[in-house]
Amino acid sequence: MNSRLINWFKFSSPASFYPLAGRMIPWFKWIAVILIAIGLYMSFFVAPADYKQGEGYRIIFIHVPASWMSMFIYVVMAVWSGTGLVFNTRLSSMMAQALAPTGALFAFLSLWTGAFWGKPMWGAWWVWDARLTSELILLFLYIGFMALQGAIDDPRRADRAGAILALVGVVNVPIIYYSVKWWNTLHQGASVKVGGGGSSMAATMLITMLIMALGFWAYSIATTLSRARCIILERERNSTWVRELVENRRG
Amino acid sequence: MDKVIEFLNMGGYALYVWGSFGMTALLMLAEPLLLRARHREILRRVARIARMNNEERT
Repeated sequence: MNSRLINWFKFSSPASFYPLAGRMIPWFKWIAVILIAIGLYMSFFVAPADYKQGEGYRIIFIHVPASWMSMFIYVVMAVWSGTGLVFNTRLSSMMAQALAPTGALFAFLSLWTGAFWGKPMWGAWWVWDARLTSELILLFLYIGFMALQGAIDDPRRADRAGAILALVGVVNVPIIYYSVKWWNTLHQGASVKVGGGGSSMAATMLITMLIMALGFWAYSIATTLSRARCIILERERNSTWVRELVENRRG
Repeated sequence: MDKVIEFLNMGGYALYVWGSFGMTALLMLAEPLLLRARHREILRRVARIARMNNEERT
């Protein structure tokens, strides 16, 4: 118990987290490359065409994983923000900051691929439907978080302001998820239902989607860790360990 | 060759399928590349400052 506590504290310091993250990144990068390659192969060559939507439904294999990631990353970001706010740990806030752009990327991809799916199936790129609108709000929350952090010069104050925004915005995530149930929307129901009832799709499609989702997961971890490394270096550039790190690289 | 064209045509959904997969591929390749450039840039900047400090001291 005691040793575990010590270890946690050790890795919550940016100086020891930096090399640890550096060792973890290649693993997640290769897991992501392999899973996404398998997922792409299955999306186009293994999964059969949909009886109603033909080949157009194949967008689902990136649309659904991207949407999941956009919501999941937001929750993780809010948890890190909350941890940073409560325990005042530097690394937690850096992690929250590192997650935001990747989350925004997936929120954007979710909307973009949704538009490219909606156009042929519904006849419109965009509708002010509850699902779509709440996902758009999620994108704005990410952008707002990044803008707020960028606008405040003092990093610790920026962390606190960002954390409050992230925590308030977290109410939007269940709204997105349950929007298709709560409101009468144009968007189809959840592809994979949590708890009971199973999923509404064929096994091959489900497996392909899950492989893609896992690949996106690994991708998110790898990019977040590398962004966290950049943020650590930027914020700690005047510290002794960063100077030593740079000098050792040269020598 | 016909098979390739048929595949690219995506049963008439070519614009939508490739528009989605294309944008996803573009962003998910660009992000790691930008991060790598940012990381290198910071290391270079820190090294420059360290060098300047060393010169001042000597």
